[in-house]
Amino acid sequence: MATSSRAEPRPSRLARQRRASREGRSAATPYLYIAPAFLLYAAFLLFPLVRAAQFSLYAWDTVSPAKFVGFGNYVKMFNDPDLLGSFGHSAILILFYAVLPICLGLVVAAILNRAQVRGLGFFRTVIFLPQVIAMVVVAVAWTRLYSTDGSINALLRILGLGDLARAWLGDYTFALPAVGLIGTWVETGLVTILLLAGMGRTSRDLYEAARLDGAGPVAEFFAITLPAVRGEIVVAATLTVVAALKNFDVIYMTTRGGPGTSTAVPSYQVYNQAFGLGQVGMATTIGVTLALLIFGINLVLNRLGDQAVED
Amino acid sequence: MKAYRTGGNVRWTRAVAAGVGAALLVLTVGCAPGVGTTETTAPASPRASVNIDPTSMGNVTLTIWDQEVRGGQNDEITELNKQFQAKYPNIKLDRHAQSFEDLQKTGRLVLTGPDAPDVIEANNSRSQMGAFVTAGQLVSLDPYAEAYGWKDRFPQSVLRLSSYSTNGKAFGSGSLFGLPQVGEVVGFYYNRAKLSKLGLSVPQTWADLEQQLKTIKTAGETPLVLGNLEKWPAIHVFGPLQGAHTPADEITNLALGNPGGDWTDQTNLAAATELQDWVKAGYLNSDLNGAAYDDVVAKFGKGTGVYFLGGSWNTPTVDAALKGDVGFIAPPPVEASAGPSTTGGTSLPFAVTSASKNPDAAAAYINFITSDDAMKVIAAKGNLPVLHASELAPASGVGKEVYAAYELVTTKGHLLPYLDYATPTFSDTLGAALQDLIAAKKTPAEFGAALQKDYGDFIKG
Repeated sequence: MATSSRAEPRPSRLARQRRASREGRSAATPYLYIAPAFLLYAAFLLFPLVRAAQFSLYAWDTVSPAKFVGFGNYVKMFNDPDLLGSFGHSAILILFYAVLPICLGLVVAAILNRAQVRGLGFFRTVIFLPQVIAMVVVAVAWTRLYSTDGSINALLRILGLGDLARAWLGDYTFALPAVGLIGTWVETGLVTILLLAGMGRTSRDLYEAARLDGAGPVAEFFAITLPAVRGEIVVAATLTVVAALKNFDVIYMTTRGGPGTSTAVPSYQVYNQAFGLGQVGMATTIGVTLALLIFGINLVLNRLGDQAVED
Repeated sequence: MKAYRTGGNVRWTRAVAAGVGAALLVLTVGCAPGVGTTETTAPASPRASVNIDPTSMGNVTLTIWDQEVRGGQNDEITELNKQFQAKYPNIKLDRHAQSFEDLQKTGRLVLTGPDAPDVIEANNSRSQMGAFVTAGQLVSLDPYAEAYGWKDRFPQSVLRLSSYSTNGKAFGSGSLFGLPQVGEVVGFYYNRAKLSKLGLSVPQTWADLEQQLKTIKTAGETPLVLGNLEKWPAIHVFGPLQGAHTPADEITNLALGNPGGDWTDQTNLAAATELQDWVKAGYLNSDLNGAAYDDVVAKFGKGTGVYFLGGSWNTPTVDAALKGDVGFIAPPPVEASAGPSTTGGTSLPFAVTSASKNPDAAAAYINFITSDDAMKVIAAKGNLPVLHASELAPASGVGKEVYAAYELVTTKGHLLPYLDYATPTFSDTLGAALQDLIAAKKTPAEFGAALQKDYGDFIKG
């Protein structure tokens, strides 16, 4: 090999210069490649984002000239119990949209994965179905289920629990959990499919080894299945937490934030402030805060995900 | 070599980032929202002379944005447009119809843009007409009212609902900014068969009504039904209740967001207390806050409940469902001799925009579609005309009773404005507070305090 290295001529000074200048050009090339996509991204995402942030510094009713108020909208938002409360409602919705579906999804996926049921494809489809239906349709269907003469109350009456029957969406205590359960129903399918994919990748040998060591189904789940799908759990958590925080369609279609303000969420407040009340400054303030919140939560989740993968 | 390349990348990245940042800044700074779109400020001072002869206006095109898309409303405006077109072929009408909700949202935007229509239906409320007047986007119709004699055509109680001071501060007085076509009144629909089966006749006084509710409840029926999931329907129940307790002048001040009212006074407290007592006594369906408005109207149509308190626009629905076995009364007055007081008003008034190049033609159009002849067309197409309701009433049925109730309220009693006109945020505040009051999450005093805060802050600001 020594001969070949000697045979290769040392690059001349000129060649080196030429190469350097070519590399100088090529430093710009990647940016030229991404420029078209970036320009679209900037025009339709970055620009509106910056504009929204700018609007949040103004008091503007869309018909009169805007008035600059600095961070006045933010101060007002943090002092308004109703607006702050809507962020609290979102936190509760995360329980129903993310935590509960991941717990349920883990159980369902583990069972489906272990049992090797016949017609797995069928069950997968059924479980995933809620994801395919438009949220507006889901919301209308659940509104009927929850109504006074809906199936849920009918079932309670059949079981002799007629005293518990109520207009669920009009009840101050139960409206938010009722809306949350719609989310659980929708998101569980997505989470299950994600987890099933992760579990399918896990080698059968590991389970066999565990079984030889005398592990039961529960021990198997905690020793092998759960660690194997940590990555998928992070992905599922990211998607479902974002869905919980962005929730607008279900609230709009079922309760419009009522009764009182007990199911109002930030996205609904953005809509209502901008289009209902004509207060664009406050609407964008809530929107920017919500965007930052989602960004922050995802940052944390992704950090956790990276750690999980490194382990 | 490696170091050089990385250095190059960093330089490039910085350059690109700086460029993009600068571009975004240039695009945003210096164009604050709303600036540059409202050059047409300063309401044009009322013109000294106006032309009221449409044939002499030359060839012009009028762009009209209305929300008369539902059955009878669409029929009525289509017919009137056809007649106008036949009479004045030199004025071409370009109609853009959209739903109420859509017009509420797009109206604010189109008025500030370059394609503003000549005529627009603007909701009377402070969040719509009030905001447009404040921003100088509507033309004062005073000179036209003078020239066409609108002040003789329309009663003051109707005109005040589309009158603002030119700075938009006072509502209910000042200059006229629009004219409506259709009247609305909130009252009690009743199931004829059930009422007579219970041996009851239509109540003559408020005390009669209270007694009846109790009797009906004892007999095992639901006296009064309402679906309040959407929050606004209870406003139409509270309105007549308030009319029975609070002086009409004060309600008008509260509803128009003018000084002179107090949501925490004894009369309003009594109204709120009575509503909460009705709910506690089971006079209303127990799923009130959780049932959708239209669902409950449909149930009433199928025979649930004896009374339903709602706006006159429900007439076709309940009449068809109960096959004519339904009646309508204005809320009975406290004193049998007095006229009834209840929530009501008009459909959205037609207004002329400051951007219109042909305000004379626009005013001529509004004059045409609100004339006495137009009222006949409006009634013939199944709508409650804002004028001459008793003369144009149907010969029989619930329609006749609705017209009679409207006429009685507008001539003998008080047609109280919708309470959510008051402030830009009041429909939200009142809707949520009423749900709280109904669910006993707020005491009547707390209910009053919540409303007073919104109203009081608006008056001060």
